[in-house]
Amino acid sequence: MTITAPATLAPERQLPKGHYAITDLLRSEWTKLLSVRSTMWTLGLTIFIGLGVSAIATIETRSHWLSQPPQSHVGFDPTSLSLTGVFIAQLIIGVLGVMVMSAEYGTGSIRATFSAAPRRPLVLTAKVAVFGFVALVVSMATAFLSFFVGQALLSAPAVHATLSTPGALREVAGTGIFLFLIGLFALSLATIIRHTAGAISTFVGVLLVLPTVLRALPSSLFNAIDPYMPSRIGVTLLSLHPNQTGETAFSPWVGLLVLGGYTVVLLIIGGVMMVRRDA
Amino acid sequence: MIEAKGLTKHYGKKLAVDQLSFNVTPGVVTGFLGPNGSGKSTTMRMIMGLDAPNAGDVTVNGRHYHDLAWPLHEVGALLEAKAIHPGRSARNHLLMLARANRIAHRRIDEVLEIVGLTSVATQRAGKFSLGMGQRLGIAAALLGDPEVLLFDEPINGLDPDGIRWVRTLLKSLAQEGRTVFVSSHLMSEMALTADEVVIIGKGRLIVQTSVEELLAQSSRQFVRVNSPDLATLRSALDADGATTTAEDDGSLSVRGKDHREIGELAARLSIVLYELTPQSESLEEAFMTLTESSIEYHGSGLTVPASVQETVQ
Repeated sequence: MTITAPATLAPERQLPKGHYAITDLLRSEWTKLLSVRSTMWTLGLTIFIGLGVSAIATIETRSHWLSQPPQSHVGFDPTSLSLTGVFIAQLIIGVLGVMVMSAEYGTGSIRATFSAAPRRPLVLTAKVAVFGFVALVVSMATAFLSFFVGQALLSAPAVHATLSTPGALREVAGTGIFLFLIGLFALSLATIIRHTAGAISTFVGVLLVLPTVLRALPSSLFNAIDPYMPSRIGVTLLSLHPNQTGETAFSPWVGLLVLGGYTVVLLIIGGVMMVRRDA
Repeated sequence: MIEAKGLTKHYGKKLAVDQLSFNVTPGVVTGFLGPNGSGKSTTMRMIMGLDAPNAGDVTVNGRHYHDLAWPLHEVGALLEAKAIHPGRSARNHLLMLARANRIAHRRIDEVLEIVGLTSVATQRAGKFSLGMGQRLGIAAALLGDPEVLLFDEPINGLDPDGIRWVRTLLKSLAQEGRTVFVSSHLMSEMALTADEVVIIGKGRLIVQTSVEELLAQSSRQFVRVNSPDLATLRSALDADGATTTAEDDGSLSVRGKDHREIGELAARLSIVLYELTPQSESLEEAFMTLTESSIEYHGSGLTVPASVQETVQ
């Protein structure tokens, strides 16, 4: 490393017109997201693991198809089977959602961010928009690729679906939206919690632990609360006839609205806290 | 120009900054001095709008940081070393800042060159040493070519060459007419770099003055005297109008008489002198005297427990 004499800095300064805007922050957040290697890894892993688990599930079903009694194939939903990997993919995209926010606080780079853009709600908006866009692309890719690969592996004699199969497109697209919303849900949790470990634990707790704990409640109470669990909303999406399972649940689209509602509420709370708290 | 008025901040019950008022003017390097934990970093964060004061107000060029149109073009700050995502390269760290404030991308290469990080610009910042992290922080501060610059302990982790480079940089930035505010807990460092000093202790302003004035106040001359008959000499000196202080090491510090006068007096009284040394109080000592009552964390002398002493005996 060489030490150079300080260069003379241009004395006259020409400021751009107006003031920094959301477009500037979108560019900045885009650079941030894509300039960290772990982001790229995590995004790739979301698709890869989602796809891989789905492929294993479909290959497994196909290979045992003939050895199973025919009545066991009644109500078989090939679409749902090919989307099995989403249960793992949701954890990976959730961790990324948490990290996008918590890493800024953990490393202290949030101070550089707020120094460049002291209007914090604008920063949060840009972050949500950029991560949301990337998460949506990756989520849709995961859902549709899993579906196509899974269906290709479910060759005859197993039945398979196409996008024109009744309910299939709804299941695939709905699952993609679910994955995208889970990513944003995780980001909004991290806006409130700020610490990586705490936010990830909370995220995993809400997604996986809480539904199990709730089973200890009296069944009437359980049935009243369970439909509101993000995991239940996800399971409902993967069912051709969601309301025939005997358990109470929202219809798929209402479920996604509820999940989106959680995210919006958490983001508003997180945004208010971001403005009020010291960075 | 930075103006703080009655700035107050507490974290829970702990008062970090207490009714702090000062002005930092352009064209000079202003040192921000105080012992560790005296509220320097908190004050810097309040200037940058990162922490909200509980009372009082601070403005940069007459405006609150929050209201700046292009913050990085107006204020640059090095707040803490390595406040950088470890997975991001130096160049990308600067790029994301440049994009947020529409700073020309060629400026990134310029500042990398200024701080001497050009050759490692694409390396991940997580691999950087503390000194390199400081340099990247300085590069980020210079990125928008701002009029006002804040540096929180910029020489931490730098090697002697780096320290000299920072001194030169700070001075040249001030010479260009910028407002330069540098915190340090080392008076000796500020004596070499700063023109003005704002000295705080326990979050309170002790004094805002020029380094020149501080030097004039503190460079009090005194004479160290040693003699087998110190008591006689002392009473004679006292009677002659000098101020004498017995030191712990058995010597006598004399103020108000120079070494010639003391020597001549001793000769008249036929007192043997072992030592007659002119001394001057350093700026560091002046600083210590000023902040003594407000040091947050005292190191205690090493004391040997009685039981251990007995064993030794």
